[in-house]
Amino acid sequence: MSSSSPPTTTDEFIKGLWRENPVFVQVLGMCPTLAVTNSAVNAVAMGLATTFVLVMSNLAISAIRRFVPKQVRIVTYILLIATFVTVVDYAIAAISLPLHKALGAFISLIVVNCIILGRAEAFAGKNPILPSLADGLGMGIGFTGALLTLGVVREVLGMGTLFGVALFPAAFQPWVIMVLPAGGFFTLSAWMLVFNALRRRQRALSEPA
Amino acid sequence: MSAPSPALAMTRTLVGAGVVCGFLIVVAYELTAPIIQENRIEARQAAVFEVLPGAVATATFQLQADGSLQAVPDETTAGDLVFAGYDAQGGLVGAALEAQGMGYQDTIRLIYGYSFDKDAIIGIKVLESRETPGLGTRVETDPVYQANFDALDVSLDAAGQALANPIEAVGAGKKQHPWQVDCITGATISSKAIANMLGTSAAKWMPAIAARPEALARPEGAHVQ
Repeated sequence: MSSSSPPTTTDEFIKGLWRENPVFVQVLGMCPTLAVTNSAVNAVAMGLATTFVLVMSNLAISAIRRFVPKQVRIVTYILLIATFVTVVDYAIAAISLPLHKALGAFISLIVVNCIILGRAEAFAGKNPILPSLADGLGMGIGFTGALLTLGVVREVLGMGTLFGVALFPAAFQPWVIMVLPAGGFFTLSAWMLVFNALRRRQRALSEPA
Repeated sequence: MSAPSPALAMTRTLVGAGVVCGFLIVVAYELTAPIIQENRIEARQAAVFEVLPGAVATATFQLQADGSLQAVPDETTAGDLVFAGYDAQGGLVGAALEAQGMGYQDTIRLIYGYSFDKDAIIGIKVLESRETPGLGTRVETDPVYQANFDALDVSLDAAGQALANPIEAVGAGKKQHPWQVDCITGATISSKAIANMLGTSAAKWMPAIAARPEALARPEGAHVQ
């Protein structure tokens, strides 16, 4: 960080969106990133579910950080995270069974998404409630945005639709590979290329000549 | 107050967190269970209409210990259920049955339609599965695999107590008889699992219903689409 003043709550929120984006910069949470981004709806749902868990666990962990002995902190964090994931699992099944079916096992796997434990250990366990909330929200939205960029590309190319709406005439032959796991790797690497190029240019521009 | 010993503090934290988390999960479960149940029944009814083309009304029956079929409310979830589908004139279109079995990762639950006229399974619809997205989930989307269930033969043998030809899973493109199921390359376990669960379910149900469609006559208050 180049600024010398301590980061504000807004900074904590914004860093997850771009500078420390969990997917494109920290390269965390690759399992859901590659697995459920085969359609835009799945990507958004997964992103929102993860955001909810991230915000709730950051809040809870930040609130109890002074009372948790350091020997048992990871266990306590995992317990809390697993609880919020179970709540989300029930909530999604209550909101929409087809969506629950589409996300399948990946909802339960949010528990082991390293973004969540990562933020708990790196941030919420050491900071007050408000910055932790901003941090969780920023990371969650950054994650959702990243999943959406992948989901949109994969759905448009792989199924010829966007959010289920057909985009091309019937003659369009969908690239089935894009909705298969291999397509996830292709799309992710293509986006990373774009993001890294953008960040490099940004850095070059901000440095004094 | 002196600082508690580390062991006490650790135990207190873990027990406390466990109690709070347990409570939260129970509250979430209690709040969502009735809604989820309603969603399931709705999805099941929608699936019945899907696997029985032409049906506009459905009623739920339960197989009794003595082998008879009794009409039960649509909300029933337990027991051996069969869902009859009726056309606009009240005539029986077919029967839908639930089957479940172990897939690649978890139990697959599906509903399949049986046509009395064709004496065959005429469609399947997966209700619940946790198969690998893009691989195992192809059992739901692959048109070639779905075509296995346009008319999957489940006719009974001469004695009427067992299937004349048990449903059999074969390698992709090797289907020769109407009772065989072509599997999907790359989703062998999932596609075999579905063939096996259909085989088990049909072997149990066909002797019970195939010979007597009259036992599934439209009762009062059938659910209309």
